[in-house]
Amino acid sequence: MSKILTLIIFFPAVAGLFGFTVHKNSAKAYAITVAAIEFLLSIALWVAFDSTNGGLQFVEFAPLVESFGINYYLGVDGISLFLVILSTFITLISLIGLSEKRDIKNLVISVLFLEMTMVGVFLSLDVILFYLFWEMSLLPMLYIIGAWGSGERIYAAVKFFLYTFFGSIFMLVGILVMAYLYFTQTGIWSFALTDWYTMSLPLNLQLWLFGAFFLGFAIKVPMVPFHTWLPYAHGQAPTIGSVILAAVLLKMGTYGFVRFSLPLFPDATVALMIPIAIIAVIMVIYTAMIAYAQEDMKQVIAYSSISHMGIIILGTFALNAEGITGSIFLMLSHGVVSGALFMLVGVIYERRGTKLLSEFGGLAKVMPNFATIFALMLMGSIGLPLTIGFVGEFLSLLGFFKVNLFLAILGGSGIILSASYMLRVYKRSFFGEITKEANRKLKDLSPKELSALIPLALLVIILGVYPKHVLKPIDLSVKKTLILMEEKADTKAKEMLKKVNSTNKEVR
Amino acid sequence: MLPVNIDLVSLNIATILPTLTLVVGALAIICIDLFVKNLSRSFYTMITVLVILISLGATLGLQDGLERGFFDMLLVDGIATISGLIILVTSALFTPLAMSSKRFHEFTMPEFFALFLFMIAGFLFMVTSDNLILIFIGLETASLALYTMIAMHNRDKAIEASIKYFTMGALAAGFYAFGMFLFYALTGSVEISKIVNALYVKDFQPLVGVLGASAFMIAALGFKLSIIPFHTWTPDVYEGSSAALAGYMSIVPKIAGFVVAMRLFEMLIQSGVTWLEDILFFAVILTMTLANLMALIQIDVKRMLAFSSISHAGFVLSAILIGSTQANIGFFLYWTLFMFTNLGAFTMLWATRSKQNLWDKRYQHPFSKFAGMVKVAPIAATIMGVFMFSLAGIPPFSVFWGKIFLMSAAVNEGFIGLAIIMALNSAIAVYYYMKLVVFMFLKDPISKDGSIYSSNTTTPLKSIIGFALVMTVVSIVFVSPLIDFIAGHVISSGF
Repeated sequence: MSKILTLIIFFPAVAGLFGFTVHKNSAKAYAITVAAIEFLLSIALWVAFDSTNGGLQFVEFAPLVESFGINYYLGVDGISLFLVILSTFITLISLIGLSEKRDIKNLVISVLFLEMTMVGVFLSLDVILFYLFWEMSLLPMLYIIGAWGSGERIYAAVKFFLYTFFGSIFMLVGILVMAYLYFTQTGIWSFALTDWYTMSLPLNLQLWLFGAFFLGFAIKVPMVPFHTWLPYAHGQAPTIGSVILAAVLLKMGTYGFVRFSLPLFPDATVALMIPIAIIAVIMVIYTAMIAYAQEDMKQVIAYSSISHMGIIILGTFALNAEGITGSIFLMLSHGVVSGALFMLVGVIYERRGTKLLSEFGGLAKVMPNFATIFALMLMGSIGLPLTIGFVGEFLSLLGFFKVNLFLAILGGSGIILSASYMLRVYKRSFFGEITKEANRKLKDLSPKELSALIPLALLVIILGVYPKHVLKPIDLSVKKTLILMEEKADTKAKEMLKKVNSTNKEVR
Repeated sequence: MLPVNIDLVSLNIATILPTLTLVVGALAIICIDLFVKNLSRSFYTMITVLVILISLGATLGLQDGLERGFFDMLLVDGIATISGLIILVTSALFTPLAMSSKRFHEFTMPEFFALFLFMIAGFLFMVTSDNLILIFIGLETASLALYTMIAMHNRDKAIEASIKYFTMGALAAGFYAFGMFLFYALTGSVEISKIVNALYVKDFQPLVGVLGASAFMIAALGFKLSIIPFHTWTPDVYEGSSAALAGYMSIVPKIAGFVVAMRLFEMLIQSGVTWLEDILFFAVILTMTLANLMALIQIDVKRMLAFSSISHAGFVLSAILIGSTQANIGFFLYWTLFMFTNLGAFTMLWATRSKQNLWDKRYQHPFSKFAGMVKVAPIAATIMGVFMFSLAGIPPFSVFWGKIFLMSAAVNEGFIGLAIIMALNSAIAVYYYMKLVVFMFLKDPISKDGSIYSSNTTTPLKSIIGFALVMTVVSIVFVSPLIDFIAGHVISSGF
């Protein structure tokens, strides 16, 4: 098991390379098989993972550029484990649900390469290695949106690419500055994250570096006001692109906050906690209001994604175990729910060629299974108790209640708003009379679509009812991060961290 | 008149051997042509490559450690060796591009290959000397050969390019001579190390003289390095010459110029003459930024690559500004890695070259030519895509490593602002590289026939592309030993 992380990262890419030789009629089946094996590998990782240990496990280390301190350094802990599983799971599901016919071989190979970069981002502990996967993840996505998208696909793809590249190049400068600071403190070049964790920096330096990393992560999340690329990309992207983008790629940004910004710059984090929370609250409410005004079903979900990412940010910057654990759980649940919702929209778009709400109505009568699953996902998205969305949203907001009651209440209003825009979508497209003749002959979900959606539906319920097995490992690792932060923080930040963690009880 | 006594030991023939080999090889090619007519261009290509390889061996055989030779005019130190190696390896890799499937006029003439060897000899003289006169001779030998080779392409555009380059080059040569005279007048020497010592002794007085001499030198080298505002010839010359020669021009003349600039300016900058630092700072930033902005609006890939190579030149010029050992290592690292990628990119253009302009009245390689290439020639499109990603500095491809190494050098010396501008420029640059990728991967194909992209392809070209591809993709593996190798040479020569 010692090299399992390398295997998990590079298996899809190698399989993707081999995939060039597979005939195009079998390409999809090949990709599904590969993704299934990859998913099983990630499950095997979970099984072998020691849930009572909050530290890094399965660590692999080999020097790459020795004189410059760049290493091949991998490891997994509770925070990254489930994001890896989410990546492999969503890739598998989206490939099963894939209905695209054009250039299918290039598409599935791109998806497999994308899978490598996603898993690589979550497993890298060397910052350059992380950056490498981070940047590489843009290339397959550029291709997927640009080649298989609709409408102004090329513009959307390039916009997506430039936006994220622009952010991450500043992160690169930040990384180099960090490495130099580490060098001046220790005399050794190192890009290993665990080495950087041991370093204490003065507040003003921390603020600058936090800013550099923030730009990279915030554009990826995307936080308001850097969010404009996302609805556009979703609007043009093919279903599989939207599913992976919403479910996994956005999580890279929030994961970056938890993995890098918080433990590396604790003082800056504490100092900027409230301003960022305000941005997060604006994100939640503002994008929820935009979502309400959308006529396009996919745009509603795209904006709701941003809104939910706002709650994730809020939870992360609560800086206590509940908040961060909740935000990581919310990353998972949002991955499952938004992935499913985009897939459902894809289903209806494929049948009708439109995503406009005004074109539908009364769908519940002709497509009962579709309506049921949509309703379930809608509940998950709103965060109804006993669905997956509730756990994360509740914990995130609970965490932030300890920091600032007012902001937490405003953030909580996002739940109400999300209920209103999601129910509006549901009302207008599923209830009422069938107004358009074209809708009368719509077929309900095919077995293929059901096989992709039912696992997602089951997850929504199972993890909603009994999230403990997932929450516990996350919580352990989060606490470890918090201890690290507290050790490094200066007196003022220490007080704040103590305060927000004061009634820290075991999360159930 | 006194009898001249030359001691063979002090002559140190070994130091001139690499250059001598090339000159003898060039003369041999001319002689062969005298006796045997109608030899195939493949014969001359291979002879040229062999001569270059022998010269490469001679260079590797040199012990570097500030060795002087040939009346003290040659200086074989670490950076001479390393830049000589880069020049020779690049030359050896570009020579086989003559064996394209279409017959182009220049390659049927043996003189082309003789000139090619003379040119390399000139560049080697430039890097292995700190004597301004010998550098001048090297510069002129190389430049005159290059002008002729561009014109031998025998198209209207080629002749225009050649004349343009010649005129600009002549102006630069004039500037160089002025700069040299002024330095001589100030210090009584034409050797860089002695010039710098004498300037230190005089405490850089008279300042006007030093300023004038430096300004002339910056202008002269600026023309060679295509630093803005001396860059105007670059895109037209690249457009006019064949892709093979344009690719060559984007690498070798520049490294020769850089080494001269490095020898001359690094010492002056370290003297604390701040205005020189300021001039260089603006030159670096303007070159990077303006070239990038101009590259954004090009509609021809070769012109885009011309502007991008100006921008890359600006990027590495920052090494001279930063002046630390790490920056100098970063410079050679960057240029080596850039060489592999640019070799690949220009060879790809060369491989798609057709005799007529099929796509555009004026341009050989407009972006629209590559539209939808992935559908009809997927492997070629992917390879070209990799080269573009690498040029854009996307990890893990080769140029990325040079880029972070140089940016890190900037950060380490406190040039945070410069590092941020470098980063911003990378973000701008990615747009025009992605433009080609977008055309290749996302647009609809212009023709169902993939053979239009391989009209000029032959096995030698494919091998060169394959080599460049492998070096670009697996650079992560050899970056570490490469850094160590370069560091050894750079540190041994005290830079």
